[in-house]
Amino acid sequence: MKKLMIAATTALAVMAGSAQAQDRDLRIAFDVPYEPFEYRSDDGELTGFEVELAEAMCEEMQANCEFVIQAWDGMIPGLLARKFDLIMSSMSITEERAERVNFSEPYYITPGGWFARDNFNTDVTNMDAMADKTVGVQRGTTMDTYVTENMGGTVNIKRYTTAEDMVLDLEGQRLDVVFVDYPVGEQTILNREGFKEVGEPVKLGQGVGVAMRKRDRDLTKEVNAALKTLKEDGTYDDIMKKYFSYDIKI
Amino acid sequence: MPEFIVEWLNQNDIFTAMTLMEYWDGLVTTVQLVFLSLVIGLVVAVPLAILRTVKNPFVSGPIWLYTYLFRGTPLLIQLYIIYYGVAQIPGIQDTFWWTIFREPFYPALLAFTLNTAAYTTEIIRGAIVATPHGEIEAAKAYGMNWAMRIRRIILPSAARRAVQAYANEVIFMLHASAIASVVTIVDLTGAARNIYSRFYAPFDAFIFVALCYMALTFMLVFAFRKLENHLLRHQRPVSS
Repeated sequence: MKKLMIAATTALAVMAGSAQAQDRDLRIAFDVPYEPFEYRSDDGELTGFEVELAEAMCEEMQANCEFVIQAWDGMIPGLLARKFDLIMSSMSITEERAERVNFSEPYYITPGGWFARDNFNTDVTNMDAMADKTVGVQRGTTMDTYVTENMGGTVNIKRYTTAEDMVLDLEGQRLDVVFVDYPVGEQTILNREGFKEVGEPVKLGQGVGVAMRKRDRDLTKEVNAALKTLKEDGTYDDIMKKYFSYDIKI
Repeated sequence: MPEFIVEWLNQNDIFTAMTLMEYWDGLVTTVQLVFLSLVIGLVVAVPLAILRTVKNPFVSGPIWLYTYLFRGTPLLIQLYIIYYGVAQIPGIQDTFWWTIFREPFYPALLAFTLNTAAYTTEIIRGAIVATPHGEIEAAKAYGMNWAMRIRRIILPSAARRAVQAYANEVIFMLHASAIASVVTIVDLTGAARNIYSRFYAPFDAFIFVALCYMALTFMLVFAFRKLENHLLRHQRPVSS
């Protein structure tokens, strides 16, 4: 964070003569922990793919960025209430959300993955076999929408606020299987004993974008331009390779 | 449904027949959860309150400790400990108990019951302790033994003094039940949270649910006023 501030101020100082330089503040909201996108490292620093991408984006836009922690439930209300200006917290672009906020071009896409305990042997695409199963999802995610729409009447759906609560109930055998953002499942479920991935990952939605208030049209354009530059000049790829063994670029 | 309601629902994104059904299911769950925990809590609390007034510290001490613990910690923490704690007990999944504790309803019912029983015990104990000495002495003079005094004199008299405080406890319990949604129970609040997260319309979803709680509260207030009028009718002025 401090490093970023120094970098941003240095950039500003260098650009001081230029008419384009703007000394302005942007507040970006994250919901932590959501590994590997945003989480606290062992020494308490905020880090992750989206955090680093946000840092690079702020530098590109020459803005002073402040990072705000906001629980997922209050993300869009907090944005509309001007508690912060941008959401970069793995918010998938959906039509319902696009009615309330402006989205940038998508900056990554990941599939949803099925995860269960080792002794789970049911085919998740077989609706008859899934009939008496209990599926856990995070409330309000694209995974929630997918399960609700495709399996709503068949399986028993339980909705959680945080991924940890959900994993705890999977471990405690209250859930048979969870459907969660693939990288999250990989980080919080697969690296523990006794769990495995089941079925095929499902590609969902239009990808993840930066969310802004409807009226901030100029900001949306700037964010799009900055993301485009980062994707083209290799900065994006460098950050991505630090966190992922597979491609999430869109 | 009347024509105008159907028409109004059709031009409304959020309050469709489907979401209203979700609210209805949530209402049923909330009422079940609160009603059951209050009934069981009251049944447990009456004997506990009587034993809590006994002079022997080996009888009253454990009950004091129980009410102290459950009144001294937040209900949310109690719910977390019971819901997640039970699942962490090694081997519990293979026992008969798991059929009960697997579903979130029963851990929540247990937490709510223990909590309300602790508060109700103290409410009733307070009312018992406040029994006028004259009443007890008169009962003794009639030759009533302890059990008979409790049944005929102390409990009816204590019930009259406790009913107002207990009405508050019932209303607090209804409102406290909103936290059941954190352990995946779809009660009224859980339904509101699900609908809110689908439409991103916090005001519509939560104000509607607030009105539901308010309607329930007013029904409770009304019922308890009737009960008070009945129990305390001897205190009314003769003229009215």
